[in-house]
Amino acid sequence: MKLTLKIWRQKGPEEKGKIVTYPIDNIDGDMSFLEMMDVLNVELVKKGESPVAFDHDCREGICGSCSMYIDGEAHGPDRGVTTCQLHMRKFKDGDTIYIEPWRAKAFPIIKDLVVDRSSFDRIMNAGGYISVNTSGNTIDANATPIPKEDADKAFEAATCIGCGACVASCKNASAMLFVSAKVSQLALLPQGQVEAKDRVLKMVEAMDEEGFGNCTNTGACEVECPKGISLENIARMNREYLKAMVKK
Amino acid sequence: MSKSALLKSSLAKKYWMALTGLFLCTFLVGHLLGNLQLAFDAGEDGRKAFNEYAYFMAHNPMIKILSYLTYISILFHTIDGILLTIKNKKSRPIGYAKNNANANSSSSSRNMALLGSLILIFIVTHMANFWYKAKISSESFPLHIIKIDVKDQMGQSQNIDLYHTKTSPIPKTDDIVVKNKTELYDKMANVKIAEGYKDLHSLVFAFFGQDKSKYGFPKNEQALFYTLFYVLSMCVLCFHLWHGFASAFQTVGVNHSSYNTIIKSTGKLFAILIPLGFAIIPLMIFLNQI
Repeated sequence: MKLTLKIWRQKGPEEKGKIVTYPIDNIDGDMSFLEMMDVLNVELVKKGESPVAFDHDCREGICGSCSMYIDGEAHGPDRGVTTCQLHMRKFKDGDTIYIEPWRAKAFPIIKDLVVDRSSFDRIMNAGGYISVNTSGNTIDANATPIPKEDADKAFEAATCIGCGACVASCKNASAMLFVSAKVSQLALLPQGQVEAKDRVLKMVEAMDEEGFGNCTNTGACEVECPKGISLENIARMNREYLKAMVKK
Repeated sequence: MSKSALLKSSLAKKYWMALTGLFLCTFLVGHLLGNLQLAFDAGEDGRKAFNEYAYFMAHNPMIKILSYLTYISILFHTIDGILLTIKNKKSRPIGYAKNNANANSSSSSRNMALLGSLILIFIVTHMANFWYKAKISSESFPLHIIKIDVKDQMGQSQNIDLYHTKTSPIPKTDDIVVKNKTELYDKMANVKIAEGYKDLHSLVFAFFGQDKSKYGFPKNEQALFYTLFYVLSMCVLCFHLWHGFASAFQTVGVNHSSYNTIIKSTGKLFAILIPLGFAIIPLMIFLNQI
């Protein structure tokens, strides 16, 4: 397969970046998108050029590192996958593929396709936790009965890998799908009730401070999310916040 | 924290957007139900019924409260929308070289601010054309008096049509003066004998191309332009509601698999029927003159 890649190159956080065109040949349909990037980088290194920097870790769709905006969509045209799970057979011989970093004020570019997503960590620090007694008397989580439906919904929310595809896809660079998944997974369980009110207020406050946009319910995040996190979570966060705002 | 959160936080801004939007949806229903009679009854009976209806609307204190709520909602919805749009634009200072947004969202959902701005332009034009003429610049607004009680002259009340404009004073009634815009007084005895209805029916019909000069409203020469403008504006409203109606429910936290389908289909139906109903009014009036 012969392709033309148009990749965002940026030397550092303060540098000016631009799209650079790279022709590439001998790409197999069974390669993953990241393997294709590896092939490109080997060629670049051989030529003495600097390889394209991109985030990657597990390469099996669970770490959420491989943030790439491929051909106008987060993680490319496939659904329910991260970039490492995207295969080159999704593209045709002769295709031109745009590869860009996540674009958001709260995700500043470090180099090329690598962005700083520590804003997500700061939102988690603001309230994405529960208090558990670890003094030796820790109560087994399974000792507390939880309705199956709640447990399932909490688990579905907890599958969020914090990759940032929701922010990247949202026209407003809003982080509400991420924040709502984190709020939901704890709000649905009895262990999360102690800090429930504080949590949603603080996490939303942190989200606003990081400079993420507002949700306008376009639903782009839900479509592009590799884990299929539902908009239902945003509605739940809206309810939780309203409750907390009234009661606080 | 809660007091400032009520206005400042991103979620609070969304709640206000949704609540004012839903309130404006109920306004649309009322406004349409009242004015739809313009499309179907063009004769003298229709003129009488509509002017009486308009008089009732203008003099009912409940309606007055609702109208102020509507103005406030439009203002809030607009200001909130502008603030949200500015914040959202700032959240992505550099856009994508290639963005395939159609793959994951509808174009109406992505263009709510643009659609809203167009609707605001329409509202301003609409208010200037009707509300301003009828309410503000109405010192000599043509009146439509259906019943006039002229007891001291004829002994009985009788049906006569009266109208007056700046250029043509009230005919054959030198003994009647107009006070407070719509009240008619017997000049000699200085007693109120009737209250006229502002002839809003003729105003609307003349605006969309019918010749009502016998009631003091000459035919609007730009009626074709305005008819098209109104119909196009209703298309814009349709797209705004297409996303906005269901979106408002999601924002206030109403999202559950057992009633999502109902909310979404009601929203789409609402987005089609309401603007269609409004668009029929200028269309019918304009086409009836030809």
